[in-house]
Amino acid sequence: MRGLIALAVLAVLLGAAPPALAAGPAGTKSPVSEDTVHEVASQLRCVVCQSLSVADSPSETAHQMKDIIRERLTAGESPEQVRAYFVEKYGTWILLSPPRQGFNLLVWIVPFVGLGLGLVLVLIVVRRWSRRPAAPAAPPLDPAMRARIRREMAEREP
Amino acid sequence: MSGRSRILRWAIPLAVVPVLVLLAYGFRTDPRDIPSPLLGRPASPFKLTAFDGKPVALESLRGQVVVVNFWASWCYPACYEEAPTLERAWKAYKDRGLVMVGVNYQDKDEPARRFLTQFGHTFPNAPDPGSRVSVDFGVYGVPETYFIDKKGRVRFKQVGPVSDEMLKSQIERLLAEAA
Repeated sequence: MRGLIALAVLAVLLGAAPPALAAGPAGTKSPVSEDTVHEVASQLRCVVCQSLSVADSPSETAHQMKDIIRERLTAGESPEQVRAYFVEKYGTWILLSPPRQGFNLLVWIVPFVGLGLGLVLVLIVVRRWSRRPAAPAAPPLDPAMRARIRREMAEREP
Repeated sequence: MSGRSRILRWAIPLAVVPVLVLLAYGFRTDPRDIPSPLLGRPASPFKLTAFDGKPVALESLRGQVVVVNFWASWCYPACYEEAPTLERAWKAYKDRGLVMVGVNYQDKDEPARRFLTQFGHTFPNAPDPGSRVSVDFGVYGVPETYFIDKKGRVRFKQVGPVSDEMLKSQIERLLAEAA
């Protein structure tokens, strides 16, 4: 049972880890590495598919966007500058993970706040349940009733 | 019933209310309606070669009202619907200082040329190799039409086909402005 709980906790923690952790470090300098192209492409939304990144989409548009990323990196732009170029043209909508500032910060904070509040609530409820007394004791029987029960029990038993 | 449990009894149905409000708001907005950050900003200059071999450059058009239309031969029916409308507006306003440029988006040469012949377009149309110009304009799909004022700034973006009235009002508004 304990192992199961540990597993569940691990799953929650892994699921909640911000996507930024998954992105690797920037590739080495000199000729543009495909890793860097991929890294930038994976952060940008493919404009025709909307729910896929430029790196994951097989569409022609995504291919061309990847070519543009490669071209700009080769021209000496940093991954940051290439991202900024797309944001300038399409707005922050193009970024798959919303920037961590202003109103968008809510998207990053609320899930953790919600998780925390939920845990606190569960804790409170569980504690209240475990503290609730057992069913109240039955009221004492009056002697007449007790005598009647005895009699009837005796009658039934052969 | 104690006051506490009465609150609890209402808390659960009430918790649904903000979720419903959020959903009602979310389903009413169009996820494809994304405001272009380019409005009011200078249009990116471009140099293309038209289907007829002539150069088309945005920089040389400064001081004029420019309508840039992104289209494709595979974009049916929207691009086919608006094609005659564009040609009509071009004919009506070309002598009053309007420039219209068609940019062919992710298309093949042959069907694109067939499209131009079918509608008898007389304004310059150019393919956009590698979608460089399209990305510079923040194009999501076709058709999209951008209206550039005499100072070279993008003033309006139409997503989807244009209509006669819409073209007329936008073009006349921009033509009336001082250079």
